Amino acid sequence: MSWSLWTWILLASVVAYATKAVGYLVPPRWLENEHMTRIAGTLTVGLLASLTAMNAFSAGQALAFDARFGALMAAAVALLLRVSFLGVVIIGAAAAAGFRLVAG
Amino acid sequence: MTLRQSPAFRIGLSIAVATGLYGVSFGALSVAAGLTVAQTIALSLLMFTGGSQFAFVGVIGGGGTGSAAFGAAALLGVRNAVYGMQMNRMLKLDGWRKAMAAQVTIDESTATAAGQKDLDEQRRGFWTAGVGIFILWNVFTAIGAVLGDALGDPRKWGLDGAAVAAFLALLWPRLSAREPVALAVACALVTVLVIPVVPPGVPILIAAFVAAVWGWFSRGPEREGLEPDIDPAKYEDAAHDRERSVEESGGQA
Repeated sequence: MSWSLWTWILLASVVAYATKAVGYLVPPRWLENEHMTRIAGTLTVGLLASLTAMNAFSAGQALAFDARFGALMAAAVALLLRVSFLGVVIIGAAAAAGFRLVAG
Repeated sequence: MTLRQSPAFRIGLSIAVATGLYGVSFGALSVAAGLTVAQTIALSLLMFTGGSQFAFVGVIGGGGTGSAAFGAAALLGVRNAVYGMQMNRMLKLDGWRKAMAAQVTIDESTATAAGQKDLDEQRRGFWTAGVGIFILWNVFTAIGAVLGDALGDPRKWGLDGAAVAAFLALLWPRLSAREPVALAVACALVTVLVIPVVPPGVPILIAAFVAAVWGWFSRGPEREGLEPDIDPAKYEDAAHDRERSVEESGGQA
């Protein structure tokens, strides 16, 4: 388990570097098309939205509605108030811990 | 122009400090997700692209497999290829400089360079933000990982809520128009709907597929969702304020 997680970490790191390097190495016309640019953008938005939802509502293969929903709402309010990234993360943690404390 | 007089250098430095600091949250969340301190440090050193790193540990924390974490991280990194292409054309680097530049090609270094007008300033901005963040991000990742390890039960400290907040904060700056908002809602809904029916981690990949299809057929502005998540102009004021305080204290601050 631990060894195979290391394998995926290294593999993902190699792919991350290769992706960055591709932009410098291949002729611009290969990458410079509307579809490529659009998909890079929609992938970013879609994946971040999906990761937000998964971290807020999944409990393994089940859905759960718990203190993390409170963290999601608190983070949204903090972002509306233009709190910095680190501030938002701390508020999210405090909200989840707080809701859990209140709920027992 | 000396380095201290360069606006790009000062902006890059401000961005590096602000971004580097939140490496502490990545470090803490990574060990809370079950990675070791060494694995966490390796991700910041080798992968070095915040969104993908958060994605990798987010999938593992949610019970997903290493392969699902790999898929999510790889797909979230695709935008870096577009940034690389942009920087390649803008900075005109060669040889080993190109190879170094690739590793520090991320949202923030791209945005800092793109905010400058002449080539020298673009290069200064890119390297200052890129290398500055690389150093600070790794230092603060290590601090966060060690602190997170010492905290014990992550749920007691609300670290699962912190992960939710971190992903929302990464997404937020990209929701600048109606289409990305609609896409974000669609992908979040798809994720929630498929969580009960597929193995952990896989919902992320299904949402990525939906997003790719969406992008293929989309008619919106070409660069939507690719606006770098940081606005160098915001840091210009901070740099000016600091300069003023340096002057007031006799230049020895």
